[in-house]
Amino acid sequence: MTDSSTCLALENVSISYSGQLAVSGVFMNIPRGKVTAFIGPSGCGKSTVLRALNRMNDLIEGCALTGRVVFDGHDLYDPRVDAVEVRRRIGMVFQKPNPFPKSIYENIAFGARINGFRGDMDELVERALRKAALWDETKDKLRESGYALSGGQQQRLCIARAIAIEPEVILMDEPCSALDPISTLKIEEMMHELRKSYTIVIVTHNMQQAVRVSDYTGFYNVTAQPGSDRKVGALVEFAETVNIFNAPKQQATQDYVTGRFG
Amino acid sequence: MTSFTRGSLTLQPSLPRNRWNQLLTLVAGLFTALAVLPLIVVIAYVLFKGGSLITVRLLTELPPPPGLEGGGIGNAILGTLLVTLVASLIAVPVGVGSGVYLAEYAKGGAFSRFVRFGANVLAGVPSIICGVFVYGLIVSTRVFFGQSYSAMAGGIALAVLMLPTVIKTTDEALKLVPQELRWGAMGVGASRFITISRITLPAAFSPIATGVVLAIARAAGETAPLIFTALFSPFWPEGLFNPIASMSVLIYNFAIMPYDAQIALAWASSFVLVVMILAANLLARWLGRFNRP
Repeated sequence: MTDSSTCLALENVSISYSGQLAVSGVFMNIPRGKVTAFIGPSGCGKSTVLRALNRMNDLIEGCALTGRVVFDGHDLYDPRVDAVEVRRRIGMVFQKPNPFPKSIYENIAFGARINGFRGDMDELVERALRKAALWDETKDKLRESGYALSGGQQQRLCIARAIAIEPEVILMDEPCSALDPISTLKIEEMMHELRKSYTIVIVTHNMQQAVRVSDYTGFYNVTAQPGSDRKVGALVEFAETVNIFNAPKQQATQDYVTGRFG
Repeated sequence: MTSFTRGSLTLQPSLPRNRWNQLLTLVAGLFTALAVLPLIVVIAYVLFKGGSLITVRLLTELPPPPGLEGGGIGNAILGTLLVTLVASLIAVPVGVGSGVYLAEYAKGGAFSRFVRFGANVLAGVPSIICGVFVYGLIVSTRVFFGQSYSAMAGGIALAVLMLPTVIKTTDEALKLVPQELRWGAMGVGASRFITISRITLPAAFSPIATGVVLAIARAAGETAPLIFTALFSPFWPEGLFNPIASMSVLIYNFAIMPYDAQIALAWASSFVLVVMILAANLLARWLGRFNRP
């Protein structure tokens, strides 16, 4: 991968919680304008790495990172970097749908407003909802509470909220794990649309989902540290999704994608 | 084969366990009734004794000089409202601010643990100590324009009393706001200030408002902190830096006087105070219903 096609570069990233190493030595070039999936068993640190990409880990006490995460020529962990600005350009969708206790309209307008949006708010809300494939279901009840929606709709509202501020990257942390198959399908269809304009990084427990939605896949695994029974996550293999699932180079990847463990 | 003897499935009230059950239910019910009794009796007695005295004159006039008839408690009602307002204006911003600091900014270090501990201790401090403290700090030193007893000093004493409740309810209410909501706001590029002011605090509005109203209701009925800070005055309030009448101190002063008119005013005052506190509690319950939009 050349530099111009790299959106986010992780250089020897290690993350620890309260001094306990959680993920170590991750090198990764996440390509621009593609969907990258992180797969792996629980506790392998894939969500931790994802949160490191827009400094969400800052909000977790005792979390520390070494190494570099380079985005747009800046190390995101440089003390001169403004974490708020980072999150405006790298949006995030969480595992559990978390709409604000506001109306559907306000849920989307909130981000735009605090980012100093001065244009036509109605149009922005409609555009975001259309992109998230939620417009038809909600156009008649924009003033109703976001909580009035079903779980799948709430998650699409959260995605609409994320894309309303036009980030360059969208991070998704198991966005479908709390949803039924129909809602999952809708979100996956939406991702096919979104990939045209955004770089997407998605953590998923569902390998079929990784195959369906992603161009690249990174497989994380937990390994016992020599000399102790503590387990630390690491990136095992990162390649095009086709290769990860059909021609993995590592035995662990092979075992995981064929369902022999995890 | 089983090693237990099987009883009949039909309920037999004469069985020892069923008899004990009935007896203990009865005892528990009795004690509950005993516990609620004072509540009902106190409120009913005050409403009965004071309610019959309420007239427009009583609510709007000054108390009479000793020995004369008639008069009212207008200055005391106004004074209580004024002193409580001063107390709220101090305690609510400071208390909510501390609660926000504890729940949102503090990282669980020594300072925040000390503040939490301090708030708990302060909540248990007898109210008269708050009065003595403000007496020593403000009244005896004549800080405010050379004035000793003043509405301001009374308000500050009540504020000290309200602070721990407001701090604790804000802290607890904010802790109940799901973490995901904060992440969501941060995820769309909200700064910490915007997250707290636009998302977290509104989400916790209802329990915080409930706590604040309850704290105000408690402060409004306090006597001890006012006796030697706001003192009393038989006249209409003369600004924040002069002694001021309040209903609780009026009751304290008048109830033991050998004049019927004053004793009647003390009852009327009790009635107004109880109704105000009841109303505040009902308001708090009503505010508590707005948990989710």
